[in-house]
Amino acid sequence: MNGADALVKCLTEEGVDTVFGYPGVAICPFYNSILDSDIRTVLIRTEQNAAHAASGMARMTGKPGVCAVTSGPGATNVITGIATAFADSIPLVCITGQVSTNLIGCDVFQEADITGAVESFVKYSYLVKDVNDIPRIVKEAFHIANTGRKGPVLIDVPIDVQNATIRNFKYPEEVKLRTYKPTVKGNMAQIKKVLAEFSKAKKPIICAGGGVLLSEAQFEIRKFAEKYNIPVVSTMMGIGVMPTEHPMYFGMVGNNGKPYANKAMNESDLLIMVGARVADRAVNQPDLITKGKVLVHIDVDPAEIGKNVGPHIPIVGDCKSIFEDINGSEFECNDFKAWIDELNTYKKDLAVVRKPNPKYVDPAAFIDMLSKNMKDDAVYVADVGQNQIWSCSYHIVKDGRFMTSGGMGTMGYSIPAAMGVKCACPDKQVVAVCGDGAFQMSMCELATMRQHDINVKIIVLTNNYLGMVREYQHYTYKDAYSVVDLSGNPDLEKLSSAYDMKFLRLKDMKDAEKVIKEFLKKDESALLECLIDPMDTVK
Amino acid sequence: MKKKVFQLLVDNTPGVLSRISGLFTRRGYNIESITAGQTADPKYTRITIVTSGEDDVLIQIRKQVEKLVDVRDVKELKPDDSVFSELALIKVRADISSRQNVISLSEIFKATIEDVSPESLIIEMTGSSQKIDAFLALLEGYEILELARTGIAGLGRGIENVTFLD
Repeated sequence: MNGADALVKCLTEEGVDTVFGYPGVAICPFYNSILDSDIRTVLIRTEQNAAHAASGMARMTGKPGVCAVTSGPGATNVITGIATAFADSIPLVCITGQVSTNLIGCDVFQEADITGAVESFVKYSYLVKDVNDIPRIVKEAFHIANTGRKGPVLIDVPIDVQNATIRNFKYPEEVKLRTYKPTVKGNMAQIKKVLAEFSKAKKPIICAGGGVLLSEAQFEIRKFAEKYNIPVVSTMMGIGVMPTEHPMYFGMVGNNGKPYANKAMNESDLLIMVGARVADRAVNQPDLITKGKVLVHIDVDPAEIGKNVGPHIPIVGDCKSIFEDINGSEFECNDFKAWIDELNTYKKDLAVVRKPNPKYVDPAAFIDMLSKNMKDDAVYVADVGQNQIWSCSYHIVKDGRFMTSGGMGTMGYSIPAAMGVKCACPDKQVVAVCGDGAFQMSMCELATMRQHDINVKIIVLTNNYLGMVREYQHYTYKDAYSVVDLSGNPDLEKLSSAYDMKFLRLKDMKDAEKVIKEFLKKDESALLECLIDPMDTVK
Repeated sequence: MKKKVFQLLVDNTPGVLSRISGLFTRRGYNIESITAGQTADPKYTRITIVTSGEDDVLIQIRKQVEKLVDVRDVKELKPDDSVFSELALIKVRADISSRQNVISLSEIFKATIEDVSPESLIIEMTGSSQKIDAFLALLEGYEILELARTGIAGLGRGIENVTFLD
């Protein structure tokens, strides 16, 4: 048994069923060994997307997504995908091939110091120097990636280590990390303080972030919100914690969120931030969320608490475990009917009124209609740009999931991530929504979808502009458009036919419902292009 | 801006020092000095970092450092409860006419002469950073050719603060 066999064996032991990647010489021993396993390999068309696909898979399964690429450019290409996962705390294990140990540092062909290069985007990284360390390192990597605040871990394996013989392979049953012990259980004294505040509060609200979904705490939070009539808002990463049309849900906060969600948060007298970083896009005035209210901040990462805003009651721990403790406690609280009524008034008064151009598809009405026609448990993956903001605003989550690259805002995320989701859950309806800019960053993956029968539904909102930047230039530079014109776009109908993919186009809202139904009908990959007003804005 | 001394116990893994210094660089924290060396148990390295910043930054520094996978323990070394020491090697231009004066000054500070050449001396001194600063100020009339300072190493006083490692 050599190092590469050991790596594959470790992945099998971890229950990995799919590896996304792109081979090269330095990772060839690994890709040779994987032939003898039951692990499915998906040849992605560029390495960045291997990490995105692994990210989509991880978000679906709750286990680290795995990608494996070669040394040098393979490894450097994957960095953006790793950074994207890091920003959203998505667990990944990325395996990179490396040149032979004795050549490291000699600037040989396809050599890159990848552990050095990804240092600021990984939770941890390893350069394997001794083949006998492989079982321990892989065990640790999976543990580190998926515990505490989750994140990507990189394992760099030189080709000679992959080829070296390993003595007595034994996959460790548990990790022995002397230094790494994340807190899971919340401090009961702190939890009691929060419950005491609930007894006093008149206007409590929960603001849920992506951490809630990562710890699968959404059901505990729903239970809590329903039992005590506590309203919930979410950050972009927290969309889906509550079904959109749940009577206790009041939308996404932030400068691209719902005005009534922000007002609800600011007017509250007890704000529970849970699994959220209180980052600039969600809370651009941190003083507003502490003024005249008690702020409780629950997060598994102690460094997030107090980073952007100082809470009155911090609780470090896993969101799910903490809400289980909260739900298991008895406490008296007010009836929040007046507060809910007030929020419903805001919701009515502050609803955004759009003036769509009837000559085009209205993205708001389209996304609303799309959601209503999607299966209840469908997964919606939004890309980055105007399409992302419209998706956040108008997609209706029922029992499904909503995913996007929130922290890093990486264009091109939606298609590979949706592929990862589909590989994890082949029975689910998976829809990727992107703009014509982002689509072209990942359109090489149409071949991957075709080759591996990954039936993702792709929607391209075409406006022939980098819409979000154009909108920014419209407001900031008074329509002095610079490098945002996308004329030169391919004909998507011809492109789809080149990949044997079903194609539909919508020019306005007239036939929208019929076309959407046709688009979603069968479990097959399909591309739906919607022509939207190039001058449309999200604000 | 406040100054603080943090003592870290970290796993003695390859690249651990660069992980720590990299964290300071990318988050824009100051490092005034950093020293590292093996502890009595070779599995661990003890690192002493002198850093400065506003209160909220100093709290973040501690939390971010604690978060690193390799970091076992972080302690703040408060001046009243700790022993700090730094080592400095100072090469001063001194010929036969000035040599004796420099040696006399060194003796006052309990510094030792480690090397003598016809035109220079190397003085070694250990002690608090303030003591070294004071000595360097006294040497102002002389030409300092080269100066090497280690930055401080520190330990908390007594047995109460000792972190016992498995």
